[in-house]
Amino acid sequence: MITFMNNSDSEEEPCNERTSLMSAESPPVPSYQDGLPASEAGEAQAHRKRRAGSSRGPNNIAGGEMSGSGVPVRESALENEEEELTLKYGAKHVIMLFVPVTLCMIVVVATIKSVRFYTEKNGQLIYTPFSEDTPSVGQRLLNSVLNTIIMISVIIVMTVFLVLLYKYRCYKFIHGWLILSSLMLLFLFTYIYLGEVLKTYNVAMDYPTLFIVIWNFGAVGMICIHWKGPLQLQQAYLIMISALMALVFIKYLPEWSAWVILGAISIYDLMAVLCPKGPLRMLVETAQERNEPIFPALIYSSAMMWTVGMAKPDTAARGPSQQTWDAAEDGREHLRSPSHAESQMSETRSPVPTRPVTSSEELEEEERGVKLGLGDFIFYSVLVGKAAATASGDWNTTLACFVAILIGLCLTLLLLAVFKKALPALPISITFGLIFYFSTDNLVRPFMDTLASHQLYI
Amino acid sequence: MGAAVCLGCFAIAFGPAAALVLLTVAAEPLRVIVLVAGAFFWLLSLLAASLLWLLSVRLSGREDAAPLLLGAAAAVLLQELCRFACFKLLKKADEGLATLSEDGRSPISLRQMAYVSGLSFGIISGIFSIVNILADSAGPGTVGIHGDSPYYFITSAFLTMALVLLHTFWGVIFFDACERRRAGGLGLVVGGHLLASGLTFLNPWYEASLGPIFLLTLGTGLWAFSTAGGSFHNVLKCLSCKQQPEGRVMLYSALQVPPEE
Repeated sequence: MITFMNNSDSEEEPCNERTSLMSAESPPVPSYQDGLPASEAGEAQAHRKRRAGSSRGPNNIAGGEMSGSGVPVRESALENEEEELTLKYGAKHVIMLFVPVTLCMIVVVATIKSVRFYTEKNGQLIYTPFSEDTPSVGQRLLNSVLNTIIMISVIIVMTVFLVLLYKYRCYKFIHGWLILSSLMLLFLFTYIYLGEVLKTYNVAMDYPTLFIVIWNFGAVGMICIHWKGPLQLQQAYLIMISALMALVFIKYLPEWSAWVILGAISIYDLMAVLCPKGPLRMLVETAQERNEPIFPALIYSSAMMWTVGMAKPDTAARGPSQQTWDAAEDGREHLRSPSHAESQMSETRSPVPTRPVTSSEELEEEERGVKLGLGDFIFYSVLVGKAAATASGDWNTTLACFVAILIGLCLTLLLLAVFKKALPALPISITFGLIFYFSTDNLVRPFMDTLASHQLYI
Repeated sequence: MGAAVCLGCFAIAFGPAAALVLLTVAAEPLRVIVLVAGAFFWLLSLLAASLLWLLSVRLSGREDAAPLLLGAAAAVLLQELCRFACFKLLKKADEGLATLSEDGRSPISLRQMAYVSGLSFGIISGIFSIVNILADSAGPGTVGIHGDSPYYFITSAFLTMALVLLHTFWGVIFFDACERRRAGGLGLVVGGHLLASGLTFLNPWYEASLGPIFLLTLGTGLWAFSTAGGSFHNVLKCLSCKQQPEGRVMLYSALQVPPEE
């Protein structure tokens, strides 16, 4: 799911975006990504994500479904002014999502192409019990459809369970569940991954070194994801755990089942986010009603902050929590004092201490980012990774799927700008990706191979 | 063969493209989006062309050069068609951006979009032509062991580089011709593309194919340069690094140049 990030996303910050916007006479923020009280959305989303993450250890695909849920965002009155800035900031947000999605896919494709472990068939998940080793095509198709039905029902059950947990305020349970699942991802899966990579490159590593490496990696990851940490480190960890999860899926989902599951989950995503009685939507609405901060992790947030503020003595009312982005990228970042920038190096939702108003009367603009559910990352990477694994050594298919997913993401963000409410990020990208995978593998590949064998260029 | 050949050929094929992307496209988000959109359009054209080729092979039952000729020609024409579709979309986007912006001017001009979309067509076309070859070149093998030319990899790399540059130039010329409704420009771009593709049919007679293709690239480059508003004067001015005499007023009292706008 894609939603907007509100800068008052912090757990400790009582006032939400609206209050901070209205009390501080800051200029209207761009509507597209910014003007939405996305805290609830983001929270519910992260919550969903978490729920997804925690619902089943290694076989966690609920994350994917989480991604799609949309959050109805309420437009603020500053809509008209914000619209002007929409596309200018919109392009930046698209790139801010392109980069992590691309990085995740690169990690997955690089691993698939080099480490043979993830393309070997070593059994299946219990969620896909039917084997695909059947002689007839019809039987195989039937088995994959049955596998998909089981997988999606498990996802639905888990989602509903989490919505109920959230509704009845069993926060500790959810917290514990999330922490357990990210523990498993950060320690066990990383250990397996590192082991396989070392095996592939025939590098010897002794157990004490391994222990220290894994311990540090995992501990810092837990802190970054669940508590506070530099934004970029948190983003890097989220990308890494998405890649690990995607690799698990690529390994353990049988071929046809994987494709059918991808298709089914985008349909589920669409319905869960947009239907009024969808579990994800209910979750989001509950979170919005309670005006609660969400639990951390499992939502990738791309935040960019420009120094914003008016020359106004009273800064207490200013929207506090802001997140830092790559300071070098934004030209106006340097306006902020270094100490302030350092204080920004906290977790997404922790508030920024209100900074003293500078005497400079520069008008600054606040920028918020877009959030993308980790399940989206996971399923995009599953699609591209499967294309890399099964397209008979062909790189063209992988690249075509990559372009298709990016275009789908771009279109989704465009729709986001138009509709200004949280949308499922899976359907368009996965549809394009699937179309391009099958058509490139079956139509384009023989054509390009024939051309290349004669060294012909079109 | 080996990593040296692979990396070397990759650098030859995509060196100019990578430099262009890093220097001109990577910093601007809108241009990156146009880059990806252009790639998407090219992929659509390739899909259609492959479908046509496969159908012609199945229907005619032949696997020799005739369906391939047809397929290549169809691919060229479909690519230009998709370039036109890209033009239409970008023009609409340009108008939309202009209306949404604060000062009525779109943050990216149609000329820039022409250049970026041409570049994207070139990059994706080059990638699809050469990436499998590069992957194979990284592994073991002997080139041309069955009597083919041993210069396969390096000539492929140079051809890809020419193709990338050609697409960039064609993009600029094509958009300009569409904007000014000059059919001559359009015809020449399509003709040039057909010529370039046809010349590759002369491979492995590389003197006849590589040489003319590079001459074509040079010519098209000069044409695109003049279309984009460049001229010999501009180049000289740029190279001489002369500072333009600006009409500034010297403040007598402070003896300072007033701050620039």
